[in-house]
Amino acid sequence: MIEIRIHGRGGQGAVTAAEILAIAAKEDGKYSQAFPFFGVERRGAPVTAFARISDEFIKVRCQIYEPDHVIVLDPSLMSVVDVTEGLREDGLVVINAQEGNWDDVSEELEDYEVYAVDATEIALDELGVPIVNTAMVGAYLRASGVLSLEAVEEAIRVRFSGQVAEKNIRAVRRAYEEVERVG
Amino acid sequence: MSESEVRVINGNYAAAEAVRLVDVDVIAAYPITPQTPVVEYLSEFIANGELDAEFIHVESEHSAISAVIGASATGVRVFTATASQGLALMHEVLFIASGMRLPIVMAVANRALSAPINIWCDHSDAMAQRDACWIQLYCESNQEILDTIIQAYRIAEHEDVLLPVMVCFDGFTLSHTLEPVEIPPKEKVQEFVGEFEPTHCRLDPEEPMTLGPVGGPDCYMEFKKMQDEAMKEAERVIGEVNREFADEFGRSYGNGLVEEYNTEDADYIVIAMGSVCGTVKHVIDEERPDVGLIRVKSYRPFPGEQIAEIIQDREGVVTIDRAHSYGAMPPLWTDVKAHAPDVEISSTIAGLGGRDIRPEDVLKAIEVAEKGKGTDEPVWINVNA
Repeated sequence: MIEIRIHGRGGQGAVTAAEILAIAAKEDGKYSQAFPFFGVERRGAPVTAFARISDEFIKVRCQIYEPDHVIVLDPSLMSVVDVTEGLREDGLVVINAQEGNWDDVSEELEDYEVYAVDATEIALDELGVPIVNTAMVGAYLRASGVLSLEAVEEAIRVRFSGQVAEKNIRAVRRAYEEVERVG
Repeated sequence: MSESEVRVINGNYAAAEAVRLVDVDVIAAYPITPQTPVVEYLSEFIANGELDAEFIHVESEHSAISAVIGASATGVRVFTATASQGLALMHEVLFIASGMRLPIVMAVANRALSAPINIWCDHSDAMAQRDACWIQLYCESNQEILDTIIQAYRIAEHEDVLLPVMVCFDGFTLSHTLEPVEIPPKEKVQEFVGEFEPTHCRLDPEEPMTLGPVGGPDCYMEFKKMQDEAMKEAERVIGEVNREFADEFGRSYGNGLVEEYNTEDADYIVIAMGSVCGTVKHVIDEERPDVGLIRVKSYRPFPGEQIAEIIQDREGVVTIDRAHSYGAMPPLWTDVKAHAPDVEISSTIAGLGGRDIRPEDVLKAIEVAEKGKGTDEPVWINVNA
């Protein structure tokens, strides 16, 4: 079982990112769970969402305290939230950061396997709004290899419709191509 | 016939989807976290033409339950949903629904009661309705929510039962968690639930009748005794419907009343209800093969004799209650103990107001049983002293 924690800010789509991963897992023939941190949420405030992916039905029902993988939608969260709290040794971090900041990010996260992508630029180009969740899902796929690109594209078509779905699929593909290991 | 479809949905959606599949006629509900999306999804289904039902907009839960009582008395299938203070506000009316023997089905997304204000999960809301003569069924997964609501109509409408059913599922832990759920084709569900044919009462201007009139000292007790007998009948009917459901849909939940997990050779037995049972199973799988679980799916009627039989001759037995009866022992422990007075049973309280019940908390509950503690007062798990 893979346990994933997603950090974002209200409005960036952290919860939707977790949902897309859970739906994609089903498309890949796996079991999954997706849930938000059970708290009070406000736009702009730090938000946490979770996903579990497994080959077997997932019985455990508590929140995730020791994730295998962490996805960070907003680099500014690094100074507010301990994004690696409980992250397993050699855990994976996939972070949205401008290329100029990749060295700093990798230094700060030196104990972990770190992948970075400029998801904000991709989201602005492809969607016209800085909602980076789908781009970050694309980057995560490449970094983790947990799910197939086809499954995620299908999940996006389940979650969104028409043009919105197609634009988000483009964001996924671009981030999948552009993500790089930085640490 | 069309095929089943697996979709990744949350518990609230699973509840609404079941109502759509059953093709309920009248819905009256008032939104309250964490149940609100059930009401929203159902409104959407009706607006989209996916569900042909009357949605009665009401100003409170008191009116919601009153409206479905009135609708049910006209001989149609009804549904409502609520949680927490909303369920508490329904309280006095719940007794009228059961006293009039109306087969109402209600979803409850279990949530704590104020004060302090708390929107998160525990079972205090449903436990406070324990004696309202409603059947109470608790779910562990989103699939079970969908399946149990479908079954609930069969149980409630059975001529030997005719009692309302509360289908309880943990707020947020299930209501707001997505997971894969197999959604059966509507025709198959329709076939399973069949046509609803009202038996004892049907409000009809052509054939007027009085419902819910005065029952004085000469007959009130007889009515109440009949309700109690109906609850006992429900124990049998719940089992029958669970078996029949398994034949048709390939899924069952223990014997419909209790589900045993790894109990056969277990030294220790945990007794619990709702979603925490999944975490208990996880703990058993991962590190405690010597522990078994009794998941109480039906809290009312309470399958006490069955439970008493399973817990005989063990090293230790512990209940995990997600509610408390202040100044006494918690409700689940009390019910089990009443049926097994000779068995030493430890009591724990966990997960009030959404306090997460983690695997280590389940292990602490098992430890309480190992040490033989908590037999005369409950041990509170993961609480700051």
